[in-house]
Amino acid sequence: MTEESADRADAMFHALADRTRRDILRRVLAGEHSVSALAAAYDMSFAAVQKHVAVLAKAGLLTKRRRGREQLASGDVAAVRSVASMLTALEQVWRGRIARIDVLIAPDPDQED
Amino acid sequence: MPVTDVRHDLDALTLTITADFAAPVARIWQVYADARQLEKVWGPPTYPATVVDHDLRPGGRVTYYMTGPEGDKHAGYWLVTAVDEPVSFAFEDGFADLDFQPNPDLPVSRNVFTFAARDGGTRATYVSTYTSAEALQQVLDMGIVEGASAAIAQIDDLLAA
Repeated sequence: MTEESADRADAMFHALADRTRRDILRRVLAGEHSVSALAAAYDMSFAAVQKHVAVLAKAGLLTKRRRGREQLASGDVAAVRSVASMLTALEQVWRGRIARIDVLIAPDPDQED
Repeated sequence: MPVTDVRHDLDALTLTITADFAAPVARIWQVYADARQLEKVWGPPTYPATVVDHDLRPGGRVTYYMTGPEGDKHAGYWLVTAVDEPVSFAFEDGFADLDFQPNPDLPVSRNVFTFAARDGGTRATYVSTYTSAEALQQVLDMGIVEGASAAIAQIDDLLAA
């Protein structure tokens, strides 16, 4: 795998690792939303939502365009369905398993000397 | 996090994950050799796994089901293809019906797990390969996976609607 595609996979993994961003992605895949409409849907500041949108855009999962003063975001269906995003999703599963092994093998604190 | 490296091979549809555990190789092997330990790590908390048959020998089978939040059960099996205790083992992982008959219509992944001693601990390498992008998509659509993949399945529903 090239460094470029590795960077892209990292960006995608990072983007999808957050629940709010996954929720934003679901909305914008269903149709174009303005960032201010998205911001109204969450209990967080406009700037925070704007930042989440920027992370998704950087990962190539959504595209942004301007209409007057508004920023409009729409999901990139092809990117979401890409092999890279699927491997990224699978990576999450494996990371979960590895984290659980780490917990399982941790020494019992009462028996430590 | 013990994960030290992740590689996605987009052409070979292969995911390779390297993790360093603070326990000797024999301890890590035990996680896979003991059905009760394996089920603690295989399924995510939302889909806990129950291991039913467990024969970690070449040609042997390991069968399991995962139980979803609504009591829904998803069965799978391993067909063990190679074992070199405690260094490595290989298996095909597929879907099954609830009597553990393999479902030939659903994809099978090929997996190789390798464990090497390193600085008093264990470096584990997990290699998982799918036969096609469609197979990978199907696996994610099965709804047995956690995190982002669950979101992707929902996205697919949205796209299909």
